[in-house]
Amino acid sequence: MTDISQFPASGAPPARATSSLMANTPRTLRRNAAEKRFRLYGLIAVSIALTTLAIMLFTIFRDGSSAFVQAKIVFPVAIDAAVVDKAGTRDLAEMSKVTTVGYGRVLGASLVQHLTDRNIVVDGSTEKEIADMISKDAPARLRDMVLADPSLVGQTISFEAFATGRIDGYLKGRVDREIAARDSNVSVLQLDLADAMVDAGILKSSFNWRFITAPDASDLRPEAAGLGVALLGTLYMMVLVFIFTLPLGVGASIYLEEFAPKNWFTDLVEVNISNLAAVPSIVYGILGLAVFINFAGLPSSAPLVGALVLTLMTLPTIIIATRSAIRAVPPSIRDAALGVGASKMQMVFHHVLPLAAPGILTGTILGLASALGETGPLLLIGMVAFVTNYPASPFDGGVMDPATALPVQVYSWASRSDPAFIERSSGAIIVLLAFLVVMNVAAILLRRRFERRW
Amino acid sequence: MSVGLLSLIVLVISAVGFVMARARALKSAGGNVRALHSLPSYYGQAALLFTAVPAFVLMALWLLIQGPMIDARIIGQLGPDVATDATAAKLAMSDVRRIAGGLDALQVQLGLSNADLSALRAEVSDVRASLAQVGVALGSDIRAEVFEAAKAYRIAQSSSALAMSITVILTALAGFGFAVMRTTRDFRARNVTEQFILWVFIAAATVAILTTIGIVLSLLSESIRFFSQYPISEFYFGTVWNPQFRGGSDLGLLPLLWGTLYISFVSMLVSVPLGLFTAIYTAEYAPQQVRNVIKPLIEVIAGIPTVVFGLFALVTVGPFLRDFIAVPTGLGNSGSSVMTAGLVIGILNTPFISSLADDIINSVPNSLREGSYGLGATKSETIRQVVLPAALPGIVGAVLLAASRAIGETMIVVMGAGAAAKLGLNPFEAMTTITVKIVSQLTGDLAFDSPETLVAFALGLTLFFLTLGLNIFALWFVRKYREQYD
Repeated sequence: MTDISQFPASGAPPARATSSLMANTPRTLRRNAAEKRFRLYGLIAVSIALTTLAIMLFTIFRDGSSAFVQAKIVFPVAIDAAVVDKAGTRDLAEMSKVTTVGYGRVLGASLVQHLTDRNIVVDGSTEKEIADMISKDAPARLRDMVLADPSLVGQTISFEAFATGRIDGYLKGRVDREIAARDSNVSVLQLDLADAMVDAGILKSSFNWRFITAPDASDLRPEAAGLGVALLGTLYMMVLVFIFTLPLGVGASIYLEEFAPKNWFTDLVEVNISNLAAVPSIVYGILGLAVFINFAGLPSSAPLVGALVLTLMTLPTIIIATRSAIRAVPPSIRDAALGVGASKMQMVFHHVLPLAAPGILTGTILGLASALGETGPLLLIGMVAFVTNYPASPFDGGVMDPATALPVQVYSWASRSDPAFIERSSGAIIVLLAFLVVMNVAAILLRRRFERRW
Repeated sequence: MSVGLLSLIVLVISAVGFVMARARALKSAGGNVRALHSLPSYYGQAALLFTAVPAFVLMALWLLIQGPMIDARIIGQLGPDVATDATAAKLAMSDVRRIAGGLDALQVQLGLSNADLSALRAEVSDVRASLAQVGVALGSDIRAEVFEAAKAYRIAQSSSALAMSITVILTALAGFGFAVMRTTRDFRARNVTEQFILWVFIAAATVAILTTIGIVLSLLSESIRFFSQYPISEFYFGTVWNPQFRGGSDLGLLPLLWGTLYISFVSMLVSVPLGLFTAIYTAEYAPQQVRNVIKPLIEVIAGIPTVVFGLFALVTVGPFLRDFIAVPTGLGNSGSSVMTAGLVIGILNTPFISSLADDIINSVPNSLREGSYGLGATKSETIRQVVLPAALPGIVGAVLLAASRAIGETMIVVMGAGAAAKLGLNPFEAMTTITVKIVSQLTGDLAFDSPETLVAFALGLTLFFLTLGLNIFALWFVRKYREQYD
């Protein structure tokens, strides 16, 4: 823009010594620079947002991928009949009186024996230090094995025990000698032993299925903590949310799009739906606590209550998505159906719904994906509890059993003090993100494959 | 009879109803479909709906209401001093439930009959020891009336379940009979079915209204209980938040409100420029291919659960800010701070603002831009002086909605902002928000009727109306100032 006001309003033509068509005026240069700057701001904003996303995903994968690997000690265990079955009768009732402490002694003695046999000695290490390298979770598993099969008593079996979280952290590089010297849970000698055992092939890291299948474990045994209960709880909730939201969402949307007359009732419903979509999720948690747990007396921590809360929370978004899918069906289809004598309900069920189904399903899957990651309201209805028993099958009332959920497990591990739980927490996020990716990809494929454009 | 089995029975009756009504309609027309008013399957559908829907609605209502009904009866039985004191009633009921659960376990494990159990007397036999045997540990010896109440509770529960089964099945059968009897040649089955389905749809649409009513009622009723124990003016104008386990707490809202607004303000400082410039870049500058890559990537941020951002704040952002900014400048030494939570919420809200603003910028008609170019303006001048002013009402609306989301955000502040309720200006200090305190007051082990727990409902009420007000204001603002281009 060559500004008119540059020229004097009257008088002789201005001296244009500095201005030529070949060279820009300083003003133009300034404006062009401003233009470049403005464009650069946009690029900077985009890159800040995407870099943060990349850093976040990178740190989570860096911290979390090791959660799927676990240090395990493989050694022969002589199941000493004198400890686990003093009476020698192989009577289960008698044997079950021996606690995990006894089995812990069996494991410790066997490991000490094995190390001596293999001539792995670290000067100054005590037998207790050797035995303490085995996870506190291992005796319980050995006990379960023996009680399930009493014929094992007196035999020597090859047993795979988890190493403690600190030894595991040493192999993963989280714990070093400097930290160990200050840590009361692990000693430098144990790390030396671990090195020797790794060289001998007794201690090795391998993929850990129990991170996915096992229930949560206490603060002292981070190595044994798994996602089993959380995954089951989340699965129950998602199935229930799907069962609840699909008919409710479709019913409400059909009514509002196809049948609702313009009156106060319809307006009220519309206003409510748009406001509910913007209510903070934590408020739904308060609602669930007050109505479902305190008023109706449903048990807290139950997947059923979680599903009801998540249903109410996602319903507005699902209704909004479903309505736009129904609206996308062209009116000509409706007119054609009505024209050949279909009733309005037949028009909806025979023509509109089948044509809108891919869009409805896509919206529902995306709604479920957002419900899958929701944490705040589930905290309030008690799903943050420490649950070590799997919920029963859904046909046995398992939806009323206490359970946790995947995102809540992320939170409860993150709030524990042992740094080994941060690894678990990030690992749980990887599982959660994997589910989200699967659901979103399914929604995109569904849309690509079935969406019709008129 | 379990709920699952009962549902199965109702479904079987409705299926039988479908087949029978259909057959009956055909028979009444002498096998001639054209003599019927509706297609045969509509007669079946009518029977199915009349059998199943009322029975299931009744079942759901029964399950929702039986808990409080039984509790009220049992509490009445425990005597007037328990019945008038809500806390005592709550405690007594939890004992009653535990003992009742123990009695169930006793029955299963020892094979006792109901008569054996009702003969058990707390005064005579050592019930506590036998309950401990089945894994129900009780703190003290059982009072006789509590034990009697537990027995009554079991009986009430089983009789309620039995009554529910009978009523539900009777309802299903009544619907079945009604629909099948009505099935004749001239019965307008299609119209009736469609009307019925329409009412079901209306009921589904009503859920949205019921949810709002539920939210407002549950927040209001508990808040009123809170305000009867704690003065309302001290809650809204108190500057100290210091809950105590033994009562005598200071529960002032202002520090929490300040933390909430401060963190939201910091987050808006991040998300508004980031979101707006992202939207401007994608809508006005980026070539089509770049836009096709950038937009979905930005949307990915919106799809990530907030607890992931919370962990990011806790593990990465917090320690980074502490070690590289707060400690060197001497502003603080805490990883969780206003800055941590604000920055992370800002990133979380960026895609929200950018996608809303993107739509709004795209809806500004091209003729405005072309007019501006025609006068010689550069692209950035056009955007700043023509496009943005035209899009301003929509952008302000988007910013207000983002602010309301930042105020209601929970997990990031729970994990990144800290728990100390403070009225301070230093952004590197830990502060706390309304949502953090809702979570901490409701997940603690406090008695449910103490003001320390009930305050969470008053906080929830405040939060609800705060965000609702912002949303309504945003919608009103957009509607009032929006330019209509055609």
